[in-house]
Amino acid sequence: MPPEVALACRAVVKRYADVVAVDGLDLQVFRGECFGLLGPNGAGKTTTIEMLEGLLTPDAGEVEVLGQRWAEAGAALRPRLGIQLQETQLADKLSVTETLGLFRSFYPSGRTVPDLLALVGLEAKAGAWVGKLSGGQRQRLSVACALAGNPDVLFLDEPTTGLDPQSRLQLWDVLRRFKAGGGTIVMTTHYMDEAATLCDRIGVVDRGRLIALGTPAALVQSLGTAHVVEVTFDGGTPPPGEWFTGLPGVVEARVAEGVVTLGSSAIHATIPAVLAALAEAGAAVQELRTHSATLEDVFVALTGRHLRDG
Amino acid sequence: MADRHASTFLASLRELTLSRIREFLREPEAVFWVFGFPVIMTIALGIAFRSRTDEPVIVAVERLAGAEAVRAALETAGGFVLRDVPAGGVERALRDGIVQVVVVPGTPATYRFDPARAESQVARLAVDRALQQAAGRRDAFTPREDAVRAVGSRYIDWLVPGLLGMNIMGTGMWSTSFAIVTARTRKLLKRFAATPMPRSAYLASLIGSRLAFLVLEGVVLVAFAWLSFDVVVHGSLAALAVVSLLGALAFGGIALLVASRAKTVEGVSGLLNLVMLPMWVFSGVFFASSNFPEAMQPFVQALPLTALNDALRGVMNDGETLASLWRELALLAGWGGVSFAAALKLFRWS
Repeated sequence: MPPEVALACRAVVKRYADVVAVDGLDLQVFRGECFGLLGPNGAGKTTTIEMLEGLLTPDAGEVEVLGQRWAEAGAALRPRLGIQLQETQLADKLSVTETLGLFRSFYPSGRTVPDLLALVGLEAKAGAWVGKLSGGQRQRLSVACALAGNPDVLFLDEPTTGLDPQSRLQLWDVLRRFKAGGGTIVMTTHYMDEAATLCDRIGVVDRGRLIALGTPAALVQSLGTAHVVEVTFDGGTPPPGEWFTGLPGVVEARVAEGVVTLGSSAIHATIPAVLAALAEAGAAVQELRTHSATLEDVFVALTGRHLRDG
Repeated sequence: MADRHASTFLASLRELTLSRIREFLREPEAVFWVFGFPVIMTIALGIAFRSRTDEPVIVAVERLAGAEAVRAALETAGGFVLRDVPAGGVERALRDGIVQVVVVPGTPATYRFDPARAESQVARLAVDRALQQAAGRRDAFTPREDAVRAVGSRYIDWLVPGLLGMNIMGTGMWSTSFAIVTARTRKLLKRFAATPMPRSAYLASLIGSRLAFLVLEGVVLVAFAWLSFDVVVHGSLAALAVVSLLGALAFGGIALLVASRAKTVEGVSGLLNLVMLPMWVFSGVFFASSNFPEAMQPFVQALPLTALNDALRGVMNDGETLASLWRELALLAGWGGVSFAAALKLFRWS
């Protein structure tokens, strides 16, 4: 039995004034999976997720949520979705319990406030004003508000941006529990580790287009290189990329901003060969680093830019 | 399904209204301005416009030959305060209201006064009467006097309903529209719009919370005016409550409309001033709106604050019933209903 489609975008386009934010995007998200939209700032992730949420109307193409369209079934869809937005600032002078009670009142059915507090681990802060919470606590409260109506689909737009590592882990736990209960999650992030850890499948977005799609493992595998070697030099121009391509294990080589990046399928053969060749050529190596290939390398290989560069 | 929808609406309305009231009460400055300001205003105006029937007339006599005779005549007549004015300072003393009239002794004496000032004119007449009598004039007859000092016919009696109306407009407009624009800039409106919250429940909650504050605000102002200035409500308190309520609804609706698209607090402040300025000027808060030319009256009478002030004065000063104020009440309901409907259409949630 094929997996049931929870969300679908077909050839979706969204323009702002003179910028094309989303440029013919096709996407399917299945029931019960955690789907991540990964890409740098300004890639069109937020625009895409807000079209799925029914907050923006696409200029062209179709969006389907739980088999229905926003224009026809908006009122029926709203109670089934939980939405967390990137920049919402909840009222500072309401308590955590009051805020949850407020959001709960918008839904015809859903979880109780004590249940929500327990779900995101904020029981100890139940009576505290929102303004007194830490960034991580606020973010968990924001997710709890999105869970108030016991939704089928949870949308999260950069849920952990700006959080300390501890808070990120706590939030990840909340999301895992929601998913374990059968919920579908769509999230955007520009943290590759977050996407790799949480998401079943990832869509890599750049300049409004989907440039890669698959499980985190499959995406990394598609690089064809298990390891990455980065070499920086102590002054002087690094040798061109072609200079490295004949060396053992080197699958691909790129030079950008004075850094040579090599994709290697056999790291044990590549490193000695690279060091020997550079010594022979008289190049002064300042630093040599290696790491297992990640989603970041996938993004760099696809676009020539880093995720953080924006 | 309809029942379910109605119960979500009511639950949302209740929670949104409670949230709004809680947020307001947790903001001490806001509480002060809403409740303290009208009281301060009433005190200030009550002092400035208190009945001044026993006030002495302030006179200066220039130091020329005959000055002593003039002073003696005024002292004999009584009710005058004589003040010394340095030579060359006469114009300024008159301009600044330090003296109301200056007598230049001579044959005949000269009165220097500012005819544009009522008190200056009165002072001239009083001085003239005293000096003429000292010179031998006798009154043809002595009139009987019946001074109107009854409670209910003083300026303060007329002023308090106007202040109440102005306050219903001001606090309603500011607090409602600021709450909206703040929620919009914090992206809270967008977050609400992403839930199944009935949108009309949000707008209705802003008006609903206003009504809760109005009760307190109105009671504070009316009770204060009664205790300090003996301003009484001639009509029924229930009628006063209904008129205030309708006024608050009308201005709540207008505030929603004003704030329906504004993106910044600065932007909405400008709009609010633009909307309220004509009403401060034309709607008879401090002086009667009937002072404006006939040609302007259709405009003046169509303003919601004019209707509210007229209705409040009708109840407080003249003891009118709601039935006799139907025109004003209908106008207020119309303003409220139309602006609420328009706001719901135009409202920008993000």
